Amino acid sequence: MGLSEELVLPISRPSKGASGRTGVWRVFKPVIDLQKCVKCWQCWLLCPEETILADDVPKVDYDYCKGCGVCAKVCPTKAITMVEERE
Amino acid sequence: MKGTWELINANEAAAHAARLARVKVIPIYPITPQTMIVEVIEEFIVKGMMNAEYMRVESEHSAMAAAIGASSAGVRTFTATASQGLLYMHEVLHWAAGSRLPIGMAVVNRAVGPPWNIHADHQDAISQRDTGWMEFFVSSSQEALDSILIMYKVAENSKVLLPFMVCMDAFILSHTHMPVNIPDQEDVDSFLPEYRPPHWSLDPDNPVDMGNLTMPEEEYMEMRWSIERGMKNAREVFRETSDEFYRIFGRRYGMVHSYKVEDAEHIIVTSGTLASEAEVAVDNMRRNGRKVGLLKISLFRPFPQEETRTILSKARTLTVIDRSYSFGYGGPLAMEIRSVLYDLDERPKLVSYVAGLGGRDVTYKDIEKMVLHSEKEKGKRMVTYWYGLKERIRSSGFEEVI
Repeated sequence: MGLSEELVLPISRPSKGASGRTGVWRVFKPVIDLQKCVKCWQCWLLCPEETILADDVPKVDYDYCKGCGVCAKVCPTKAITMVEERE
Repeated sequence: MKGTWELINANEAAAHAARLARVKVIPIYPITPQTMIVEVIEEFIVKGMMNAEYMRVESEHSAMAAAIGASSAGVRTFTATASQGLLYMHEVLHWAAGSRLPIGMAVVNRAVGPPWNIHADHQDAISQRDTGWMEFFVSSSQEALDSILIMYKVAENSKVLLPFMVCMDAFILSHTHMPVNIPDQEDVDSFLPEYRPPHWSLDPDNPVDMGNLTMPEEEYMEMRWSIERGMKNAREVFRETSDEFYRIFGRRYGMVHSYKVEDAEHIIVTSGTLASEAEVAVDNMRRNGRKVGLLKISLFRPFPQEETRTILSKARTLTVIDRSYSFGYGGPLAMEIRSVLYDLDERPKLVSYVAGLGGRDVTYKDIEKMVLHSEKEKGKRMVTYWYGLKERIRSSGFEEVI
């Protein structure tokens, strides 16, 4: 039986930005010093929002990074610093 | 008649219904007077009469959360509770209905505290009125068993997709043995095939997220509207389903049950076991020449507005008896009935009573007294009379106490 249009479900499929540009929530911004980065990919692995992009080097997707600071905390060479956002 | 006869109470009848419905997951937490449902289901599983995952959970809140998980995974799910347990589930009841999961639950209606009281009272289920659950009140063990099967089929219909509770009075039903016809499994299988979710389920190959953050400009309000559409459709689906049940099992159930209303000038409106007691009052009063009838409201949500209005519009006087209360207003059933009658040009006189709270006994004699009282009452008063309070309160001259 086909489902009617009147069935509106609280269901979403995984898609980028389903909850809007969450990067605007950020207070502190992770900045990566590529001189110190050893490409261990711990930041990529542990980012809870999957906003560290694995290019040749790690890169932050600032549209969706909420600035939680997990990447800076786990970085073994302290290559990531949290910088306060300013207007 | 097919099936086998057993002398059982409504708790056992509910457990049989879960077995016959081939429920796959039962997350459940015991509470008086529902505990026997837990025990009998355990026994069915241990004896190999039922193939289901029985989950011991740490609370009713967890029971309903686990039921949501199981139903989301796409299997028929059952649980049961009462009183404080149902109140503890309250938040999660909204999630079950909002996620459109056709979970089935037996609620053994018991008073809520304080003070502790384990006896019959509808306050627990009535307090869940606006959660989006369908609520069906029964007056016998047979009705408890049959309505769980019927309501699963209604709930799982693609036009409905809402959870349901079948409500049965504590002790008066849950612990009173009466003859029950246990349907044959093959008949139940043909009536109620395996649940296959037509809308959504958890699937690792096709991941979904349920209940994610929704902004005002997104579809939150549309989803609430959609629950109401499901409720609206449930009335028609119930009619079709109960007809089908009648064709297979020979027992007919309506959203309302009427008794001797055809020529009735005075109709008693109530639900649960008060309704079976009221049938005795009707017979008695008819022997004395009074044209009294009964309308039992079985389906409280969705409310059977048309059926109720059609039957009640012909009467002159209505005695509405509630076994719960909405503080600051009156009897919940009386509120619904008044509202249903509002659009009529000529409305019967309606007198509202609350009786039997906390399991206080209400006999056919009490019901007859309420009927006689409403005959004398002027009507057009938005009050609910408290029936059967202690003499020291009755004799103190309070208004609306009889």
